[in-house]
Amino acid sequence: MNPVKIRRKAAVNQSACVACGCCVKVCPRQAIKVVRGIAARVLREKCVGCGKCAAECPASVISMQEAEA
Amino acid sequence: MKKHWYDHLWIASLAYLALGFFNILFAWLGLLCFFIPLIISAVKGTKGYCNRYCGRGQLFGLLGGRFGLSRKKDIPGWMKSKAFRYDFLAFFFAMLFVMLWNTWLVFSGAQDLRQAVTLLWTFRLPWHWAYHGTLFHAGVAQLAFGFYGVMLTSTLLGLVTMVLFKPRSWCVYCPMGSMTQLICKAKNKNG
Ligand code: SF4
Ligand code: SF4
Ligand code: SF4
Repeated sequence: MNPVKIRRKAAVNQSACVACGCCVKVCPRQAIKVVRGIAARVLREKCVGCGKCAAECPASVISMQEAEA
Repeated sequence: MKKHWYDHLWIASLAYLALGFFNILFAWLGLLCFFIPLIISAVKGTKGYCNRYCGRGQLFGLLGGRFGLSRKKDIPGWMKSKAFRYDFLAFFFAMLFVMLWNTWLVFSGAQDLRQAVTLLWTFRLPWHWAYHGTLFHAGVAQLAFGFYGVMLTSTLLGLVTMVLFKPRSWCVYCPMGSMTQLICKAKNKNG
């Protein structure tokens, strides 16, 4: 068995984000927020990788990436 | 997720469209959806309006999400490109100035009041039933007709892209959304 756990985390393509905040509204963990009205940012420690934000994002600029956790 | 009072502002958006159907002067309330986002972004440097209060965004989210009136597909790349978003913003403001100019013509007496709502900047819909005279100048009503046209047009475009793409696709190219993001970028540049 692989001793390193692989977890999915959300990642925002910030240059394409429109800062609408749709992702913030659906996140069950308050793990994503819009910073200074410019772009959304994921708080990786809080993110559980559910993918809700990525599905909701109208610009589809959130991707789910595998990360060691 | 706890519901707040501002999570129900979609009702205000619906009420706005309904009221303007019966009395066009209510369209003046639309100025709130214009100035509040600008003021929040200019003063606080956030997109607080989009992120919290915008009833129109909530309405699309509800219709496309809860009511399932959306294909939930990705929006095409060109539509979320900066080029399109900023060009649409410029176009929108140009049309806004045309609308204000027409209002001015009525105020100055050079043009008569047109009791019509212009959809998609082209189609003139009769809307005389919503006009019952005004205590003020006819220009006051002209601005109301103009503004209602802007609101109806953006709602229509928003509904179309809601159905085709994700529920809140309108937010990708919404002129107020692009404008407030630009203001935030400018304001937060050094800090
Ligand atoms: S939903 Fe998408 S575009 Fe909107 S703030 Fe979140 S990441 Fe950005
Ligand atoms: S993947 Fe889930 S937990 Fe992580 S930011 Fe998106 S909605 Fe929140
Ligand atoms: S982008 Fe436009 S429609 Fe969407 S929340 Fe902001 S102001 Fe409302």
